Formats: sequence, C-alpha cells, structure tokens
Amino acid sequence: MNGTLLRKIRISVSSFFLIATTLLLVDIYGFFPPEVSNKILFLQFIPSTLKFISVVSLGAAGFIIVIILSLLFGRVYCSTICPLGIFQDIINWLSGKFRRGKKRRFDFSKEQKILRIVLLILPVLFFLLGSSLLLNLLDPYSIYGRFSGNFFRPVAAGVNNIAAYLFEIFRIYAVYPYSIKAFNPFPFLFTLSFFSFVVIMAWTKGRLYCNTVCPVGTLLGYLSKFSLFKIIINHEECLSCGICAKECKSSCIDSKNKTVDMSRCVVCFDCIPSCPTEGITFGNSYKKNAYGKNEQQNIKLDHSKRDFLTKTSVYLFSLSAIAAQVQKKIIVTKPSTVPVFRKNAVSPPGSEGLEKFNSRCTACNLCVSACPTQVLQPSFLEYGFLGMLQPRLDNITGFCNFECKICGDVCPTGAILPMDLEKKKLTQLGKAKFVKDNCIVKTQKTDCGACSEHCPTKAVHMIPFEGTLVIPEVRDDYCIGCGACEFACPTNPYKAIYVEGNRWHQIAKKNVELKKQESVNTKEDFPF
Amino acid sequence: MNRRNFLKTGLLAGASLTVPGIYGNYFAKSSRIIPANYDMVAVRNGEPEVMFDKGIEQLGGMKAFVKKNQKVLVKPNIGWDVIPERGGNTHPKLVKRIVEHCYEAGAKEVYVFDHTCDDWRRSYANSGIEKAVKDAGGKIVSGDSESYYQNVTIDGAKVLKKDKVHELVLESDVFINVPILKSHSSARITVTLKNMMGVVWDRGYWHRNNLHQCIADYSLFRKKPTLNVVDAYYVMKQNGPRGVSLDDVALMKSMIISTDMVAADAASAKLFGVEPASVSYIKLADSMGAGKMDLSSMNIKRLIL
Repeated sequence: MNGTLLRKIRISVSSFFLIATTLLLVDIYGFFPPEVSNKILFLQFIPSTLKFISVVSLGAAGFIIVIILSLLFGRVYCSTICPLGIFQDIINWLSGKFRRGKKRRFDFSKEQKILRIVLLILPVLFFLLGSSLLLNLLDPYSIYGRFSGNFFRPVAAGVNNIAAYLFEIFRIYAVYPYSIKAFNPFPFLFTLSFFSFVVIMAWTKGRLYCNTVCPVGTLLGYLSKFSLFKIIINHEECLSCGICAKECKSSCIDSKNKTVDMSRCVVCFDCIPSCPTEGITFGNSYKKNAYGKNEQQNIKLDHSKRDFLTKTSVYLFSLSAIAAQVQKKIIVTKPSTVPVFRKNAVSPPGSEGLEKFNSRCTACNLCVSACPTQVLQPSFLEYGFLGMLQPRLDNITGFCNFECKICGDVCPTGAILPMDLEKKKLTQLGKAKFVKDNCIVKTQKTDCGACSEHCPTKAVHMIPFEGTLVIPEVRDDYCIGCGACEFACPTNPYKAIYVEGNRWHQIAKKNVELKKQESVNTKEDFPF
Repeated sequence: MNRRNFLKTGLLAGASLTVPGIYGNYFAKSSRIIPANYDMVAVRNGEPEVMFDKGIEQLGGMKAFVKKNQKVLVKPNIGWDVIPERGGNTHPKLVKRIVEHCYEAGAKEVYVFDHTCDDWRRSYANSGIEKAVKDAGGKIVSGDSESYYQNVTIDGAKVLKKDKVHELVLESDVFINVPILKSHSSARITVTLKNMMGVVWDRGYWHRNNLHQCIADYSLFRKKPTLNVVDAYYVMKQNGPRGVSLDDVALMKSMIISTDMVAADAASAKLFGVEPASVSYIKLADSMGAGKMDLSSMNIKRLIL
C-alpha cells in the first residue's frame, strides 16, 4: 500500500480527534452538547471499557471497535485516536524542528518488557480490588484531559478574556469574560509534574512513554502482534540501511535483523516513504512470503526496575494511610466562630455513592469542564488517597444547578451515570447542616436568609426567631445536597450552613407541604 | 387628568423633542422629564406586553423617557434558571416589549443584564429573556464578571456607603428597572428596590450587614431608575425568591409603572397582600427620602383592561 497516502490519512484522522477532543475539554462557552462529546469520545479505550462495565450497551462498545481495529491494522488507536499519543507526536515534531542539525533522530531500542507488563497488570489488579487510582493515573485520555483542564483551559480563558477586555473598551459585550473560579494547587502541581515527564520523554524519545508506561499501549501492542495488517520488511528488497529506523518514533524497527516489533509500532507510516527501495511496506501479514513475524527475544531481567516498583507501591500504600487521616481535617468554613469539618466529600449526581464513584472515575476532568457553575473541582484528599484528582462538589466555588445534569451526560466512563432530570432533582448527594452559632441572624440580629433564598426544594426554610426575625431550619428529607445554601451563606470565614456528603446517595422526599396558589380575579379593582 | 390636559402635555412633550440637536441632549440629561401628571399607572387583566403598551401610553409613551440616540439599560430580574411560568424571572414578553418601545423612541442601543443567582448563561436562556432581547434587537450582556463592576460611593447611606456597580448602570442615559413581584424568604417581598441587588457585585455584603438597611441605602444612589415597571403577571406567592413548583404561582395579570421606586414597592406590596409599612426596607427607604410609600396622596391611573 502507498505509504505516503497512509501517512496522510493518519495525520488527518489524528488531527480531527486531537482538535475535537481538546475543544471538548477546554470548552469555556458550554458550546458542545453531550451528544457530541459522547460521539467524539466513543472510541476512548479505558473510559469506554469502564462504561461498558457499568452499563452494558452499544453506546459503550467503543473499546470493542478499538480491539477489532487493532486486530486488523495494529495500534491505530495510539496513532489516531489517543489524544495523549497525538499530543506527543506534536511535541516530538516540534523538537525535530528545533534540532534540525542532528540527523540521527531515533534508533532501534530494546523493549522494556517487564516494566510494560507490570504497568499493565497493576492497574487491572487495582481495579479488580476496587480502586481506579492507577487507571486514573495511567489512562492516556484522562491524562490528556487533566492537561487540558489544568493548562489549556486557563490559556483559552486567558485569550478569551483579553479579547473581552479589548471589546469592552468599545463597549461591545458579545465576548464576555470567563472567570475560572477556583485553583486547586495539588491537582495542578501533580498534573504539571506528569506533564513535564511526558513532554520530556516525547521531546527526546518519541513514543517511549507509550511503549513503556502506557497500559493501553501495552495491551493494544500485544494484540497487534496478531493483527492482519502489519508493517513488513521485505527481506529481498531491504538493504539494512537503517533509514527507516531513524524515522521510527517508536524505535521498534531492527533494521539489522530486518524485524519490526509490532507491540511497539503505532502504525504511523513514517517509515514507508523513507525507504529508498521498497523494503518496508504495510500489508497482510498472513500471506505467504510475508516477513516480520520475528519478535524480540532474550530479554534480560533488570532487577532495578523491580525494586523501583516494589518501593513505589509500598510508598503509595503508606500515603493512603496518611490520606485517611488528612481527609477529615478539611476546613469548610468562622466569626463565624465555629470551625466546620466535612467528614465526607460530596460526589456528583449520578455517581450513586462515594466508593462506587472512586472505583469508576478516571479523573479526565471532562465533567469539570462541562459543569456550568464550576462546582465540580478536582480533589486532593477530600475523598481519601484513592480518589485523588477525581471531581467533587466544591460548594465554596459554586453549587449544583437544580436544572442541570450535564456531568452525567458527558461522563465517558460511566462513573457518573446519566439520569432523568426529575430523578436528579430528588437525588440526595448529602445533607445540609446548619451551624446556628455562625448564623448572622443569631450573631448580628438582622435578617439574612440567603441560604433559604437559594434552596431549590425549600428544605432550608425560615422559621420565627426573636421578634420579627426569621432563622433557617433544615429539613433533611427534602434536602438534595446541592450546596446552594452553603455557597450563598455570606458568613466569614466559616459557613453557617454546609453540606455533609452521603456515602451512598439517597432519594429525597418531594416537598408536599406546599399549598396551591389560586389565580386572582383580575377584573376586581386594585387593593390601593 | 382630563383629555385636554393629556393633549396639552402630549404636545409639550412633542415640542420638547423638536428642540434641535445639542439642546435636546442637554435637556435630556439635565432634567428628568415627568411627562404626565400621574405618579403611577396600575394596569391589570391583560397580557404583559399589552398592559405595558396601555400603561406607558398614559405616561406619554416611551419617548417621554427615551430620547433619540440615547443609551438605555433595561434591568429585569433574571435571577434563576427557571421557565417564565414559575414566576422567578421577569416575563420575557414584557422585556421584549420594553426594548421595542425604547428603539421606537429612538434609542441608539438598548442593553439588558442581570447579576444572576443561578448560572447566568442558563438563567438567561431558560428565562426566555435572552431570546426576547435579541429578537427585539437589544444587546444582552453578562453580569457575571467582576471586571464590569466599578467602585461607587452612596451619599446618605447608613451602612452601604460604597459598593461596586455594573458599568452599564453608570454609563446609560436611561435606566429602566423591570422587577418581578415575588415572595422573598428574608426580605418578605422583592420588587423594585430589591431588584437593585442585581446591579452590584457583592450581594453577600448586603446579607452580612443588615439586609433591609442595605436595600434602603442603595435607593439613595445617584443613578436612580428613570422608570420602574413591575411585572405582576405570574406572582410567586410563596417559597420565593426561587420557588419550588408551579403551585407557588398565582396568576395576577397586573403591572405597576412609576418613576418612584418606593411608591412602586408600596403598591406592589398591597397587590401581594402585605402592608408596605410591614416590609422593613420599604419603610426605611421612605424615611430616608428615596420616595413615598403613602399611596393615598398620589395621582394614580388605574386601568382594568
């Protein structure tokens, strides 16, 4: 097949997926409806697999298509669909532009087989034991989602705001400023270090990250060993000149032995046009006279890596013990004078419960980006160590809009399940707790009622206090834990009302104490 | 007012419009024109847009308030992400009609914004107001960014001596306040004075520092509404200001139009069924001289369609 054409197709398809995925993840205008994002993210491997486990449906069958594609053509997911992979290609392409002087770019290297297998098995093992932490940390789509949420999105908002500022000078308000309402230092720094790690690897070594660290790369790589179409070296035509190996960002072409390691090849087709003869092609590997079935052998065991892994896992587990203690010390709110501690974080509607959510979410931050009120924010230790980076409701930043359920509609992993709006309006994420000694009505003896104003179900209502004053009271049964009361509460620095998360979401009762208002006879004269 | 008087004032208003160019502008800015003798027009039993048409006619039409090439701000209540029937936000048909009247009177630009409680984009959309304003050719503006708000001082205020106010309030030549009458969990009712909470940045400050006094204080701010149009078509009688369901709403099909905020609030309170003096901020605003809550001495035009 024509290598140049294949390469062009690869670049076009990958550009489409990268641009579309990035736009979804940085969307500050709320432009893309969930149906669009579901389609664009349909093929993302780990999210789709997780969603399939939660809800067995065709809409979640994207990973099956990826497996079939891999068995036909090799790791096309890695080269055209995976945003992290394509992002690395761009980084590497940029590095090539900067380092034009040096001709020798890549060369064949040995496969880090043990590291790859360990990094594939560990996340699966963790998941089977009920934690999505390692999947969360290693899923390439989710990693790219965090890059977008933490870096690209603020950049987009910045560009937008400069534009809005310039337009405002001329009193044109069509472009409005978008404020990013919260900054979460830990998730930011964590993502920044991962970002640096991936960028450095991609800058210097092409797809080394994909071929050593990424569990999706490893899994699809080993499937690709059996793929119908492969990159094949034609032993008669090949001169072992090594030009293709220098072009190979996966460092998987061994030109001396005339073999291609298909477990690492991301079928980018850069090698084919580079060949001075017709020594390397993409074709049916099960045909006679096909070559390239030779694989790498004689891998030496490297104990330093094993040590590293054991140490890391011990370290991770010890951290989680610390986390269990830290999570209870998160100060929500004072002179208000009574410090308030939230025992459980509040998870998004549709996540059904904290443990279930923590075991399904890969922290891609798509819901954080889609959330119109910005109440969804990446967490640090609010859920404990195992829920690191996963979104929680941060009621200091915003509150869950009563009429909105977009987080469940966009969630690609099924960690937040989509639900009917009427059901969402009765789903109790947590319960509001009233701290009377912090409340302005009690401390300052003036009316306030901001909490009750914002309450969509009137679970927080006002009852007589002293004189004509009224003070809030919470009725747990009607509370859905949306956090509007906490957000609106004007006390500083501790809130007088806050939401305590439910470990398992419950169903709130419909407020039935309401009487129906009758129409007024509008033909009557005015009462004044 | 008899017909002869009405014609006279109409002619006078018309004549003032013909004062050419620079002088016209001078007059428009320097003095508030009171075109008819009514202190207030109360309309009932019609659709929002029809009631406004009939009501504003009694005050000499919109051109009594809006002059050619002026910049107009219409400030409805768009506080919540609810549909019009829930009575949480000003009726979109009324907002649309007001914008149309402003353009007919020769306005150069008509802006509409509110500093919402729920997410602003969703509230603008679901209230129907965004579409209504765009259809009428008006400009819908965000109230969601602190950069739009400028520091001001309020002379005569007891608590709220300074605040941050949206630049459109400060820059517009004409400011039309279009609140909706609703029950309110802490202020009892919310109408014209309370609607001003949507032009400032930090509402929390008001809540923290004696809400009623702050509402009354703001009524002394130099940039007062040129006109107040109270939407009492769907009236949320309970569970306000957000409401829980359609059951909270009574169909009242009424409207109050007045240049006096305190009077408009007093009349609205009576419509709602509470005594104006029992709503503390109305009483405070009256005592501070922002307007009059005693309706008995006023010249009120009552229209039942």
